[in-house]
Amino acid sequence: MSAVDLSTTSARSGTYWALADCWNIVRRGLTHYQRQPVNIAWQLGFPILSVLLYGYVFGSAMKVPGGGNYTDFLMPGMFVMTMAFGFINTATVVVYDSTKGVIDRFRSMPMASSAVVAGRGVTDLIVACAELAIMMLTALAMGWRPDGGLGFLAAFGLLLWLRFALIWIGVWLGLLVPNPEAAGGLFAVAFPLTMISSIFVAPQLMPDWLGWIAAWNPISSTAAATRDLFGTPGGTGDSWVEQHALLMAGVWPVILTALFLPLAVRRFRKLSR
Amino acid sequence: MDGYAVRAEALEKRYGEKRALDGFDLVVREGTVHGLLGPNGAGKTTAVRILSTLIRLDGGRATVAGLDVARQPREVRARIGLTGQYAAVDEVLTGRQNLEMFGRLFHLGGRRARLRAAELLEQFDLTDAADRGVGKYSGGMRRRLDLAASMILAPAVLFLDEPTTGLDPRSRGEVWDSVRALVAGGTTVLLTTQYLEEADKLASRITVIDQGRAIADDTPDGLKGLVGGDRIEVVVAERSEIPRVVKVVARVTDGEPEADETELRVHAPVADRVAALTEVARTLQDEGVRVEDIGLRRPSLDDVFLRLTGHRTEKEAAA
Ligand SMILES: Nc1ncnc2c1ncn2[C@@H]1O[C@H](COP(=O)(O)OP(=O)(O)O)[C@@H](O)[C@H]1O
Ligand SMILES: [Mg+2]
Repeated sequence: MSAVDLSTTSARSGTYWALADCWNIVRRGLTHYQRQPVNIAWQLGFPILSVLLYGYVFGSAMKVPGGGNYTDFLMPGMFVMTMAFGFINTATVVVYDSTKGVIDRFRSMPMASSAVVAGRGVTDLIVACAELAIMMLTALAMGWRPDGGLGFLAAFGLLLWLRFALIWIGVWLGLLVPNPEAAGGLFAVAFPLTMISSIFVAPQLMPDWLGWIAAWNPISSTAAATRDLFGTPGGTGDSWVEQHALLMAGVWPVILTALFLPLAVRRFRKLSR
Repeated sequence: MDGYAVRAEALEKRYGEKRALDGFDLVVREGTVHGLLGPNGAGKTTAVRILSTLIRLDGGRATVAGLDVARQPREVRARIGLTGQYAAVDEVLTGRQNLEMFGRLFHLGGRRARLRAAELLEQFDLTDAADRGVGKYSGGMRRRLDLAASMILAPAVLFLDEPTTGLDPRSRGEVWDSVRALVAGGTTVLLTTQYLEEADKLASRITVIDQGRAIADDTPDGLKGLVGGDRIEVVVAERSEIPRVVKVVARVTDGEPEADETELRVHAPVADRVAALTEVARTLQDEGVRVEDIGLRRPSLDDVFLRLTGHRTEKEAAA
């Protein structure tokens, strides 16, 4: 019937195919961006708009404790915010795939089902690298001058590390919300969560109770640690969590992953119930 | 494989208190199209999802292509194709990119995946649209692409869950043609549908499902026989005309004419449809009976249902 040999018995190991399947899912994710490049623009639109708005409009009025240029203070925060909002993208793709039956088709095929989720994660990390590169070039054009070298690489790594942890929240939420429209609503949750952090304003300038919450917000640690590594003014407060920003920027993602990876996996398994 | 592509015995599936499948039995002969006919909520999708290894069963036993769905899901997956109620293709990718991706995920490797995609695009008449985004496809094209994706490995068993629901008549005809071509190629098809007509057109055997249980298993003719096949139906203007119409209709039917006094309707089963219609229409005109409406009616799923269960399908009951 078919002129193509359709036999699929192969000597290759299960691990080989799990990796190959994962790569094919990544390819699919990247092809999406290639076919709809405007999506990257949408994802970057809000952070870049925020940079312009906060940097230029409020910039002169905003204070950085300990002195320093507000734009320099703001930029690492913008990188963190771009990473933080990333979980919405993950959730949006996952809810779309699960409600439109794409995940069902994958699950009805003899491929590794772990590849569906792992492939999503790798795609998101690759896209995050591209987003960070674009954000950083914008920042450089606006006069941001970070320290180079190892510190810069470490900061880049910490940003991706945060994004990695948020993949699992995204997958979990994507399998939890009933439809793509609801995933759009996640923005309303994410926005205040990023506001109550050290992204825009140093916590010690906030009312005590709010400043305390902001300081303990996991993304504040990444913001503070990267500011430090980029050598831009931080205005670090003297609470324990702010004093140990570098440590906590490493630890928070571990905690988030430990919490949400099992939840995401459980939710994925639940599909076969 | 003992001649059966699907064997399901006493399948159980519960969602809380709800029994989606409640002792469901099914056998599908190799190389045939088998219709699974039932109203909304009967358990068709649940049965298909169990047989295609997407969900676990709570009780009973099922084999597909001779393999146990619960114990050998991976092996089953290499031998089946699935086209769900909603087209499960990637809407952003092009038709070709979709088929190549699925081909690689079926472990054909890049080169064979490309060749197979081109072959299937041709077979399903999608070559012209191959490099357009699926988001721009019509409903019928999308469903054909979905069928093509299910056929990548030329599966032994193909599950089609309401493949034409939501399609216009032309697209529906296109999908039917594709299904016929597949069967000619040797694939066994289990097709779920809410339309007796569709099962009649495609299937050589039909299982009727209601409330999670198989309530009949027969050939299309056998099922239609249950409800007496096509019926002639005459609606008159006045009740006093009914006896005369009954007498005329009695001449063309081999069954009993039935009269509905409130709806002013007389109907009866007929074998030679067109001859019966012409005969009745002419006689009634000659005799000067005032007729509001006259026509042939195909038995619907509702008729089959009414006969098998004594109750109407739920949609009807609610109306
Ligand atoms: N995931 C689910 N959770 C709860 N109830 C379900 C679920 N899936 C199906 N059901 C119920 O099981 C019954 C059968 O559903 P389904 O198999 O989809 O019917 P059909 O495909 O014949 O319309 C319905 O009453 C439906 O509401
Ligand atoms: Mg259904």
